[in-house]
Amino acid sequence: MDPSAYTIKQISVFSENKPGRLMAIAGALEEESINILAFSIAEANGFGVVRALVDKPDAAYKKLNAMGFMVSFTDVIAVRMRDQPGGLFEMAKLLSDAGINIEYSYAYSGRDAAVLILRVDQVENAVKAILFRGGNLMKSEDFMAIS
Amino acid sequence: MIAWDPNMEMMPEPELKKMQFKLLKTLVYRLYSFSNFYHERMDTHGVHPDDITSLEDLRRLPFMYKTDLRDGYPDKIFTADQEELVRYHVSSGTTGKPTVVGYTKHDLETWTESLARALTSCGLGRGDVVQVSYGYGLFTGGLGLHYGAERIGASVVPTSVGNTERQIELMQDLRVTAICCTPSYLMHIGEAAKKMGVSIKNDTHLRAAVLGAEPWSEQMRLRIEEEMGIKAYNIYGTSELSGPMFCECTEQNGIHMWSDICLVEILDPETDEPVKEGEKGEMVVTILQKEALPIIRYRTGDITSMDTSPCSCGRTHPRIARLSGRVDDMLIIRGINVFPSQVEHALLGIPAVSGHFMIEVGRIGALDTMLVRVELNPEAFSDKINDLIAIRSMVAHTLKNALNVSVDVEIAEPGSLPRFEGKAKRVIDRREY
Amino acid sequence: MNTAYWNRDKETLKGDGLEILQSKRLKWTVRQAAEVPFYRDLFRSAGIAPADIQSVRDIEKIPFTTKKDLQQGYPFGFLAVPMKKVVRIHTTSGTTGKPTVVGYTRRDLDNWSELIARNLTMVGLTDDDIFQNAVNYGLFTGGLGFHYGAEKVGMTVIPSATGNTRRQIEMIDDFGVTALHCTPSYAMHIAGVAEKEGTTLPSLKTGMFGAEPWSDNMRKILEEKLGVTAYDSYGMSEMYGPGAAFECQERDGLHIWHDMYYVEIIDPDTGEVLGPGERGELVVTPLVKEAMPLLRYRTGDITMLMEDECPCGRGAKLARFSGRCDDMLVIRGINVFPSQIEHVLRSIPEVGDEFLVYVDRVNHLDEMTIDIELKREYFSGELSDLTRVQNKVVAALREALNLRTRVKLVEPESLPRYEGKAKRVVDRRGDTV
Repeated sequence: MDPSAYTIKQISVFSENKPGRLMAIAGALEEESINILAFSIAEANGFGVVRALVDKPDAAYKKLNAMGFMVSFTDVIAVRMRDQPGGLFEMAKLLSDAGINIEYSYAYSGRDAAVLILRVDQVENAVKAILFRGGNLMKSEDFMAIS
Repeated sequence: MIAWDPNMEMMPEPELKKMQFKLLKTLVYRLYSFSNFYHERMDTHGVHPDDITSLEDLRRLPFMYKTDLRDGYPDKIFTADQEELVRYHVSSGTTGKPTVVGYTKHDLETWTESLARALTSCGLGRGDVVQVSYGYGLFTGGLGLHYGAERIGASVVPTSVGNTERQIELMQDLRVTAICCTPSYLMHIGEAAKKMGVSIKNDTHLRAAVLGAEPWSEQMRLRIEEEMGIKAYNIYGTSELSGPMFCECTEQNGIHMWSDICLVEILDPETDEPVKEGEKGEMVVTILQKEALPIIRYRTGDITSMDTSPCSCGRTHPRIARLSGRVDDMLIIRGINVFPSQVEHALLGIPAVSGHFMIEVGRIGALDTMLVRVELNPEAFSDKINDLIAIRSMVAHTLKNALNVSVDVEIAEPGSLPRFEGKAKRVIDRREY
Repeated sequence: MNTAYWNRDKETLKGDGLEILQSKRLKWTVRQAAEVPFYRDLFRSAGIAPADIQSVRDIEKIPFTTKKDLQQGYPFGFLAVPMKKVVRIHTTSGTTGKPTVVGYTRRDLDNWSELIARNLTMVGLTDDDIFQNAVNYGLFTGGLGFHYGAEKVGMTVIPSATGNTRRQIEMIDDFGVTALHCTPSYAMHIAGVAEKEGTTLPSLKTGMFGAEPWSDNMRKILEEKLGVTAYDSYGMSEMYGPGAAFECQERDGLHIWHDMYYVEIIDPDTGEVLGPGERGELVVTPLVKEAMPLLRYRTGDITMLMEDECPCGRGAKLARFSGRCDDMLVIRGINVFPSQIEHVLRSIPEVGDEFLVYVDRVNHLDEMTIDIELKREYFSGELSDLTRVQNKVVAALREALNLRTRVKLVEPESLPRYEGKAKRVVDRRGDTV
């Protein structure tokens, strides 16, 4: 098992907290025909970080960077959950049993399943622990194929 | 210079005792005539000034407690008229209202002289450059030592607290020879200096430190002295007594309590009976010369022991040992006295949080940290992180204003903190001395 | 009108009598300055000897001294007396890393207290007054300067220092404070909070405001809100401290004590001395400074000598100050040079070279916001890393400037780039509130 097969490249973009910034980011991705698979914004004091999973992370990085944005890659993982009451509970219990600390997380409910995106402090250990406990972790290539 | 006031400091004990008795007698008569507070206290206690016929009769007088000072806020216990007051200092009370201490010109003079003796007894004088890194303003540490150091003719650098890198730079550049601060702040200075690549021992002229306002240990003294190549002296005083007043001499074997200024008793806090010499108990202090706010048998809450044998320095005044604790739940955070009741009082005034809280005290590096964990009121919850951050800052700000010390605040979930039946144990103190 | 003087002879000295005294004191000051290597070099390069200065009419032979000169003398280059005679050291902000050091002898402290005592008496204060000193103590000269002066007059001094506005208000009411000293913006803040707390501060009658420029419009508002008569105060550490010039009860310009300071107004570009009624840069030669004499010191402050005689009988006045001839900012009474900010930012690797300073007034208090760019290579994508950099910059600026600032992270390359002189400050403070 190669844990790196399960890590997904998230792009994180620094943005000042003012109107028009998200539009600029989203517009740039449209120009390059980049599809956004999952997305969230984290707020802080006067600025935010836009986090997105896209089908072409390298192209997105290049484009946003060329536009002057600060962009970086962060490794996250994605787990499928039952899209029914109790689905998140099962996953949360698994993570808790495995002693995995979540730094941040966001989720979406897709066609086949609900997916939980997780940023954890030790990715490799988390991948092993989730798989060991029978969690339905998505391979990076499968995730990209969603689009 | 051997002593600032050799005649007084080395006066034979019998003469000192005679003087103390005379001063006590005058004090008691004066207060019985001019102070409503003391008059009533003595009446209800069934004692009259005429009953004081020897020093031992001091024990017949009633105690004074910190709560008396709070109840007397702001100036009900003062025995000087407004025109005679030249200074106010204010320190933390146990709840809401602070403790106010007024000073006449004579009070400032006594305080300054006491410190001039103290600083001289640790070998300081004209030619020394003294950095005063206690807080200035309403806190007595800064201005007290400032006036004392100025009196002995030293060059005073009034750095006050904070901005540690600048303090170290000035210590080097201004060739500072002595520093007055809390022991933990000096340790912090030592650590910060190391990070800057400065060795206090080799790169500064520092040779003495006058440390107080919080408990510290003999081990800490050894560490400071060895690491910094200096002598570290223990100084004592609280604002109720005027401020820092009494200090160790170069023998470093106990703090000289000037007998012409104060009368010290060490009592068993449970029975109020005196303990044997050398045994530990609560220190109870009577200030013999104080005009604006007279203090008779004040329960300091500090635990120590007394040694009346003559000191090898030649001074005849009795010495007390390093303080070894408190009889109440008072905490000392970076030299500032904090009562859990003050925290409670401050939190009750903030609608966004509940009255359930815990205090965790620790130490990062050399500096005390205080974390207050308080439950959020469910009505105050907002899904915006910035709103929650704002509540936390507001609580921190309110506590800082109430306590005069910066605290970390953690907003806890409703219902998550321990509940107490009976006496609450809200403090977890992880510091070691 | 009230005609009380602290030192009538000196305060009202004019004409030939004044010129004779000034000349005598100038000669002494020049001799004192000759103890300082900087001035010996200056005399040599200007081709003058101390003996060439026989009266104030000769003063133009002496070149100016600037803040930069003082900074290069760091730490003790400008002291004219041995350390043994220095009883106090203050520091003031320099234009970059190192501060300016100011030393005082015992006589200097006496002179300084004397001039503050004259100011306080001039506005009608006496030993009956209760004085709250709500400015910074410690290395900043405002606190200790007024403290000593008020103590000399015999007032009751409350060394409240800054911060904790609610407690400041509580003390004003509970202690019956009659006179307040602080910055005008802090006074506005106190007034605002007092209003919210539902008190009109009835005991206050005199407000002394300084350390930052303020307008007559603001005076009206302060007088109305606080119920005081408001007086303007001016000074700087190089001239002992705040209070070197002060308004009398006419409140039309500031008296400067001509027996202690020789005043010139110059064209800041040409250095040409201007006459009364012409605005220019204030140049001061202190006439009684012992530890650190200065000759023709360029203050950077713009004012003029007023032509009309003052009905109070004292000497020529300076008009209220109307700006700076350099880029110095005054934020909550503290002097800040953009070059200091630059110096701090350059020492933090994560931060880019460009920055922009915004100055606003929020709730009557100055707020400084500094926009900075994070360097690309330090962007990790994590919010917490960004917050850490932000906090690190805030802490570094607080250490260096003694000021709490807001730091805003902006997107890379979004700040203006300059060729030639950078405009890094946007001052959005209006005229008054």
